[in-house]
Amino acid sequence: MTTARRLLIAVTCVLAWASAGCVVRAQEPLVADLTEYRIAITTGFVGTDVYVFGAKSGPGDVVVIIRGPTVPYAVRRKDRIAGIWLNARRIDFRGVPSFYAIASTRPLDELMSSASQLREEIGLDNLNLMPEEDADPAELAEFRAAVLRIKRFAGLFGRDAAKISVQSEPLFKTKVHFPANVPTGSYDVRVLLIRDGEIASAQTVPLQVSKSGVDALVYEVAYRQSAAYGLMAILGALLAGWIAHLVFRKL
Amino acid sequence: MQIYLPIAEISLNILLLLGIGGAVGFLSGMFGVGGGFLLTPILIFIGVPPAIAVATQANQVVGSSVSGVLAHWSKDNVDFKMGFVLVAGGFIGSTVGVVVFGILQRLNQIDLVIQFAYVVLLTAIGGLMLFESLRALLRMRRRAGTPRKLHQHTWVHGLPLKMRFRRSRLYISALLPLALGFVIGILSAIMGVGGAFLMVPAMIYLLGMPTRIVVGTSLFQTIFVTANVTFLQAVQNQTVDVILAFVLLVGGVIGAQAGGRFGARLPAEQLRVLLAVLVLLLGIRLSIELIATPVERYSITPIEVVL
Repeated sequence: MTTARRLLIAVTCVLAWASAGCVVRAQEPLVADLTEYRIAITTGFVGTDVYVFGAKSGPGDVVVIIRGPTVPYAVRRKDRIAGIWLNARRIDFRGVPSFYAIASTRPLDELMSSASQLREEIGLDNLNLMPEEDADPAELAEFRAAVLRIKRFAGLFGRDAAKISVQSEPLFKTKVHFPANVPTGSYDVRVLLIRDGEIASAQTVPLQVSKSGVDALVYEVAYRQSAAYGLMAILGALLAGWIAHLVFRKL
Repeated sequence: MQIYLPIAEISLNILLLLGIGGAVGFLSGMFGVGGGFLLTPILIFIGVPPAIAVATQANQVVGSSVSGVLAHWSKDNVDFKMGFVLVAGGFIGSTVGVVVFGILQRLNQIDLVIQFAYVVLLTAIGGLMLFESLRALLRMRRRAGTPRKLHQHTWVHGLPLKMRFRRSRLYISALLPLALGFVIGILSAIMGVGGAFLMVPAMIYLLGMPTRIVVGTSLFQTIFVTANVTFLQAVQNQTVDVILAFVLLVGGVIGAQAGGRFGARLPAEQLRVLLAVLVLLLGIRLSIELIATPVERYSITPIEVVL
């Protein structure tokens, strides 16, 4: 509910700006914003939607790219050894975004050449995943495909470019879904205005995904104060067991 | 209603977790088994990473053992001296176990070792239980063998470091309970179990302790060993999820009390067959996962960047 209301307010503001005057519009061919700047993962978190919206001036198409923090990943392959499947081959990759989603007003291939898509890392197939070792190209391709497949299956890589809806020029908006397993960190929402196959204008809005409340505290303490965390875990269990004994003895 | 588990980093249904904890607790209250060997594989099935399932399970066992040991203590059914010797062995064993756990984790093989250990454990326990309970059910009464001599001297009694355990009415080498504690400690660290399924028969048949004080003493040592596992796992591997442990504990203690109280009214022998079949099925299911061609041969994990 609040998201919808906030969106309404925000869109109204952009609309007011868009109609404010040609002077501003001439300087800023593109303006975009988000309904949320921070996704808080709380105890009841089941995923959330964030709207990217904005206005463009003049012709052109809009592409929105949401990228999670880039982290190195260990990719492992199971092989059958003595009848049992076990992790046998490991290749590490750098440059893997922990989250990737893309949306555009028209299919990407109609907007720009595949060369410029590759250069700008637009689209899943153009992500620059860098293996940490020189392996057989066929094997690397398989590992690369596995990263994309697993990330897509987990809902962390968008399957295809989503549609950006343009209800009334020059306004546009698109919804991005963040599932419950969304990785934490600093995200970048890049909004591009494509004109004649080239990026005419670009804007980046940061988005924070972080644990919040009890979960943030538990996570912080577990990693920063591991010994205290361990002791508290034991004390909590002892206390719970003792309380259970007291409660059930009376019954 | 979903609950986000901050260390496991997944969102699960809280009622499902309470239900699992309660059901396993009910069985453990009814049959006097710890239940850890059931809980861990179930957690793995619902998507908790094996390493986190094991360490969290150890934390949960601390709590459930406390409420158990207090009940036995009030009946004076705990041999503390024996308990402390077992704990000493258990501390060494579980510390070694957690170090091995960490090494396996770095070698990417911890999940495999946990699964493999559970396959062996579940099929062995399930098979034995099924055999025992079917025999009882069919009333194939075994003829009582020659009664055991009160003082059967074996190689066990020739070991040095003899110690008197007044409560257990024993005069045996301390090396024996130390070694037993050590083995249980390793199991506890790698599988997250209390180890009563092994400890109780070993105390009766190997050490020769009176049956009455076996369960209380076993639970007593379980508290310390699982507490040690919890602490070391938290410090070394950050795999203890206190939120998950707490939810399971709440379900578990309620279930255990209900199982202890109402279990007597249920047809215990038939249920024991059911439990045995369940344990066997879990074991078979886990072994299929090891042998069958996986749907996804690849897995990805973010590499922790050391700050």
